[in-house]
Amino acid sequence: MARQLLKGNIAFAEAAVRNGLVAYFGYPITPQSEALEHLSGRMVEEGRTFLQAESEVAAINMVYGAASSGVRVMTSTSGPGLALMAEGLSYIAGSEVPVVVVNMMRGGPGLGNIQPSQADYLFMTKTAGHGDFHPIVLAPSSVQEIVDMVGLAFKLAEKYRTLVIVAGDGAIGQMMESAELPSMQQVRRTRPDWAVTGARDREPNVITSLYLGAEKLEQANLRLQKKLTEIKANEVRYQLYQTEDADLLLVAYGTAGRICTSVVREARRAGLKVGLLRPQTLWPFPEARLAELAGQVSGILVVEMSAGQMLEDVQRAAQSHAPIRFYGRMGGVIPMVGEILEHLQALADAVIQ
Amino acid sequence: MRHIETVFSGFGGQGVLFAGQLLAYAGLAEELYVTWIPSYGPEMRGGTANCTVILSEEKIGAPVVRNPSAAVVMNSPSMEKYELLVRKGGLLVVNSSLVSRKSNRDEVQVLTIPASDIATELGNVRIANMVLLGAFVEATGIVALDTVKQQLNEHLSERQRKWLEPNYTALQRGSELALEPSTV
Amino acid sequence: MTEDVHIEASEIPEAMERVYGYPESLTRVATHYCPGCVHGIIHRLVAEVLDELDIREETIGVAPVGCAVLAYNYLNADFVEAAHGRAPAMATGIKRVNPDKVVFTYQGDGDLAAIGTAEILHAANRGELITTVFVNNAIYGMTGGQMAPTTLPGMVTTSTPTGRDCTLAGYPIKMSEILAQTAGAAYITREHATDVSGIHRTKKAIKRAFLAQIHQLGFACVEVLSTCPTNWNQDPWEAMQWAKEQMGAYYPVETFKITDAVKTLKV
Ligand SMILES: Cc1ncc(C[n+]2csc(CCOP(=O)(O)OP(=O)(O)O)c2C)c(N)n1
Ligand code: SF4
Ligand SMILES: [Mg+2]
Repeated sequence: MARQLLKGNIAFAEAAVRNGLVAYFGYPITPQSEALEHLSGRMVEEGRTFLQAESEVAAINMVYGAASSGVRVMTSTSGPGLALMAEGLSYIAGSEVPVVVVNMMRGGPGLGNIQPSQADYLFMTKTAGHGDFHPIVLAPSSVQEIVDMVGLAFKLAEKYRTLVIVAGDGAIGQMMESAELPSMQQVRRTRPDWAVTGARDREPNVITSLYLGAEKLEQANLRLQKKLTEIKANEVRYQLYQTEDADLLLVAYGTAGRICTSVVREARRAGLKVGLLRPQTLWPFPEARLAELAGQVSGILVVEMSAGQMLEDVQRAAQSHAPIRFYGRMGGVIPMVGEILEHLQALADAVIQ
Repeated sequence: MRHIETVFSGFGGQGVLFAGQLLAYAGLAEELYVTWIPSYGPEMRGGTANCTVILSEEKIGAPVVRNPSAAVVMNSPSMEKYELLVRKGGLLVVNSSLVSRKSNRDEVQVLTIPASDIATELGNVRIANMVLLGAFVEATGIVALDTVKQQLNEHLSERQRKWLEPNYTALQRGSELALEPSTV
Repeated sequence: MTEDVHIEASEIPEAMERVYGYPESLTRVATHYCPGCVHGIIHRLVAEVLDELDIREETIGVAPVGCAVLAYNYLNADFVEAAHGRAPAMATGIKRVNPDKVVFTYQGDGDLAAIGTAEILHAANRGELITTVFVNNAIYGMTGGQMAPTTLPGMVTTSTPTGRDCTLAGYPIKMSEILAQTAGAAYITREHATDVSGIHRTKKAIKRAFLAQIHQLGFACVEVLSTCPTNWNQDPWEAMQWAKEQMGAYYPVETFKITDAVKTLKV
């Protein structure tokens, strides 16, 4: 496949088709409606299922239903829609079916606006619904990466029978960049043995999150926790940029993360030894690597398009090894390289003798 | 190093997003890293539209910049917004058919091109964007004009195909004007 | 929209009667609506009704999520902005704690007939003393022209690129006919705002719907067949004709429920 210039929303939607997506259920919401629009044509062309639901509540429960039947299924939305999906996300986690959700974050709270934001971090990683669970949360920072992560998301979802959220933002959805799409994969014909497909020649399968009796539910929760522990051990992903000799560390993901690669370059030109840790999984968070780096550097600057949400994870992981500062923009404002540099310089002045 | 950060800005309908995309396609064809990011939102309706295009030999970090190294402004509101933001030593391409004011930035290269008038002469006011893109490409040399023409041929929509030749002419006229002393 | 031309009543010579003016309930700002969009006309009708009933200062509006999300910038009254589809629920909360105020929702077809179906149906069924202005343009205007539940069969939208196939995407939903089935509804009507007489009728219906609330007669909803030239890819005139003929054929312009008490209201 050749590299082509692709818009993030179209790219991830097409990547899903090529990864053998069997069904898509969604409801239009900016800044990702182009994905739904693309799939409205492509899924039908491929003889697969596309349905525009009457709401995100319906969409996620349609997804829940299709996932219970053991097929590759996905939805995509943005903050206000994800909030409505919280019910379904919790049921999906509780009944352990594989589901992929793409969330193109926009400014909040409430209706907010449609500009890029990263203010759904805590919502996605910690409180995507009631009960004890975490989805795997992947954070792409380029069009190529969202293409790759959609494929990865399906694999992880199916490997662990879990919910995976691909967390982009309006900028990644709207941006065009060159990317290479995966080749067309056949749709998987077989269904997993736990799926509801009609109990022919076997005992009935039941997909449920209901466990009557405290002990039974506790057992189910323990099993879920064990799985989450395994995910934490095996699926942490991040990218390091010029950290080998770094005195200062930037921590940022997604759009803020890629902006920080420019910051690193400029800062180094100005003589500051700066490196970047860009988490690619927000849950599980790269705690161990961060803790190591916190021991190496003299100061950390966390940059987010929010009031400081990942910051809490950074603080927890870095403990008191290095002073941590934060720079964030909200409401859909994208932080600029110059602003971040100023904050980096201030940190350098404070911590480097 | 080949590297440029540029903003295309004008009214919705003036084709600034397409001009930017075409530059991005040309950059990709010449094996540069490219990003194209539009302004989006309800303010697009009837209001101004703009996009930021970056072409570089280096992998691109920030897809948006506070001070671009070039700006192509197609109307007065865009002139007001971007004239002062262009970096020192940068390039400002002005559609003088719709922007009556002269720029008083002397540390910036300014090209003053009556693009809408030329486009009207060529039979379609909506190809003013190509006149300006032609001038921009000539002045920066960031990609070859031929690459832009090739990419135009590939990416012009079915509906617009009948305008292919006039579009070529518009690009050509723009690039010629960029070299004329009266423009500068 | 152009600059407003405002003539104070005092500037009109005594011998002349003022026959036309800018409604007090309409703010003097240019709207963000596209050229030829009917939202602006319907805003104006609501404003005229608020003026004529002299209830502007007693009224609380509930704006939807849709192109009319900024209705509060144009209608000069207290307003809240609801979550997508939830306007009738929010209006219920407001009305229950302000029973002496006039509360209305202004909603699009995506807002009312898709994501907010439950809220409108139950508000009607409870006979909630609110008024709903329902602007049906058969499309999701704000998000870029995707299919709405009201999109006509075969109609091309950005999410039905080959035309709405009702066997897969469902059939256009007739909300007024459905709402008319609820016991709590006092007045349910469908009008159109695609020509002068239609606009006059729409205004009368909106006025009646507000009066029904003021006289505590039950829930009232006026559906207005409307246009979205931008996302229909039509010019404003063409769009008006299309709404009248194509939408009118599927969605009959008709009063589906009117209680005797509402009938006797003087409009
Ligand atoms: C929970 C949620 N889902 C989706 C959206 C995106 N959205 C905004 S307006 C809209 C549809 C508007 O269509 P309609 O109600 O018909 O109003 P119109 O713009 O046509 O007047 C949608 C889907 C949202 N804001 N919130
Ligand atoms: S998009 Fe459609 S509904 Fe919205 S303002 Fe424009 S014409 Fe009106
Ligand atoms: Mg609508």
